Amino acid sequence: MTDIAATLPADSRPSSAVRAGRYVKDHLIYVYMALAIAYLMLPVAVMALFSFNDPPGKSNVAWHQFSLQAWLNPFGVPGLSDVVRTSVVVALISTIVATALGTLIALALVRYNFRGSGVTNALIFLPMATPEIVLGASLLTMFVAIGRQPFFPTNFVTILIAHIMFNISYVVVTVRARLYGFDRHLEEAAMDLGANEWTTFWKVTFPIILPGILAAALLAFSLSIDDYVITSFTAGRTNTFPIFIWGSARIGVPVQVNVIGTTFFLIAVGFVVVATFIQGRQNRPPKVVDRPDATPTPAAERALAPAAEA
Amino acid sequence: MGARQRILKLTPYLLLAPGILWLLVFYVYPAIQMFISSFWTGTLETGFTFSLGNWTTYVDALTRYQSQFARSLVYGAAATVICFIIAYPLAYGIAFRGGRYKNVLLFLVIAPFFTSFLLRTQSWKIILGDDGIVFGPLKDLGFLPPEFRVLATPAAVIAGIAYNFLPFMTLPIYVSLEKIDGRLVEAAKDLYAGPWRPGGTIGGTIIGGLVGVGLGLALSYDALVIGIIGALVGTIIGTFFVSESILRVVLPLSLPGVFAGSLLTFIPAMGDFVNAALLGNTQTRMIGNVIQSRFLENNDYPTAAALSFILMAAILAMVAIYAKVLGTEELTSAR
Repeated sequence: MTDIAATLPADSRPSSAVRAGRYVKDHLIYVYMALAIAYLMLPVAVMALFSFNDPPGKSNVAWHQFSLQAWLNPFGVPGLSDVVRTSVVVALISTIVATALGTLIALALVRYNFRGSGVTNALIFLPMATPEIVLGASLLTMFVAIGRQPFFPTNFVTILIAHIMFNISYVVVTVRARLYGFDRHLEEAAMDLGANEWTTFWKVTFPIILPGILAAALLAFSLSIDDYVITSFTAGRTNTFPIFIWGSARIGVPVQVNVIGTTFFLIAVGFVVVATFIQGRQNRPPKVVDRPDATPTPAAERALAPAAEA
Repeated sequence: MGARQRILKLTPYLLLAPGILWLLVFYVYPAIQMFISSFWTGTLETGFTFSLGNWTTYVDALTRYQSQFARSLVYGAAATVICFIIAYPLAYGIAFRGGRYKNVLLFLVIAPFFTSFLLRTQSWKIILGDDGIVFGPLKDLGFLPPEFRVLATPAAVIAGIAYNFLPFMTLPIYVSLEKIDGRLVEAAKDLYAGPWRPGGTIGGTIIGGLVGVGLGLALSYDALVIGIIGALVGTIIGTFFVSESILRVVLPLSLPGVFAGSLLTFIPAMGDFVNAALLGNTQTRMIGNVIQSRFLENNDYPTAAALSFILMAAILAMVAIYAKVLGTEELTSAR
């Protein structure tokens, strides 16, 4: 087959038709990817666009006219600044606690062989496999059962409890992925050079898994600040940003909510871009050739240097 | 040395203790409490009393809300199928054609998570509006009848769910595709794996048609029309995208990712109530909507707890089957 094709002149009809067909086939996947990503980003774009809207009534669902009003006065709706503050505080505290607890679990799971690791793995997996509504509902039943009369007060604290609970598993999974690609020889080298476990952890292990921990923290933060379903069961009268959105969805979401949503999005994207940029600079030369799947060695070597000097 | 060894043996448990304790107290115990609460009778004002005789709550709940359960199952399954159709080529493209833009593309897949999903769902309400930015112009031009609507129909709810969980399907598939050794595909081609022309076209048409008819019947739309659309899409995919090397090398090797992705899509999709509440109407209520209103509006804790327990048990049974097939490690690490 190929021999016949090779003997044909390059500009003959079948070969160019085949080439055109192959071109279309090769590039169709790019068109498809572009469409799929456009589909993913479309609602985000609409949200951002409608933050510049100036709707005549309360309902911000039809384009009326361009206005910067909401951007100039982002907290111009009663209660909005309070709920945003509550959401950010909940997200910060739950991220810190869940990241700490989850990282410890990930270390235990990857580093040690111990009885009960199977059960632990299952216990980490289960909350992610449980629908959010069941997580929230079961917490509420527990609060009701404990409280009896008077009803256990669901408030800021119960929101925090719930958010830490559902974030732990995601942190474990994210940090664990980073630990799997970890070269244990680096730690052994540090120990050989006289560092004890404590020094080795802080000077070698921690800097290497730090990107994983930061990724986990970012994930935990965005899950927490966005959570509506579980929070709606555990919030009581406390309002968070998502609960505010839900409450206003029926009468019409204020334009300011779009402004804040867009701002959160831009901050998160900016954070990731900066983090990637810094990491990219750290990891640039020299390239790891023999172990393409290993953790970037240059950073590891730099991390090891102080321990080696000690 | 003995004391030191004992400490070393204890280390993993000390590391685990705080986090696991948190999960035991705020995940395991509430689940048990929920099971107990489903045997309660009474109201919030008078207090609740426990009696094993209240198992009838389960029977009542199942018979009263069987249509909502069925709807959750159908919507969840439909959304999962749609997610797979969108996600697989996307993940394939990123893994094999992404080149140096791989990370940027992956970031774009998860970027929607950085916006409130309530706001994204709200955006779909704007996009799919009866006279909104898509259907308004189409109606003005006469391509669609004026009474045509997507909002407040099952299609809107399923589209919303599929949209929300698309990244959960894409990422695990990407992870498993990424692991595939490119040399295997080359080897398959060296061994005369070709474009699979007639087979791909025929197979694609049949599968697409069947999926279309299934979706159409399940959602009580015109099964013939949806079936024809499905068959057309299937023909295009089968003819242009599916080759023998994809079918017999890439697809089998990526199955763990496909299973993990379907699970991560199907589970939250089944429990979802936000899309049904914002994009649907009273005829699209899912079991999540019932649980939420029983709990938060009616304070009917026993029924709500029973419903939640049934939902959780059904899902855990499915997860257990999946985990048996694949191993828990594969499922959890694919995320």
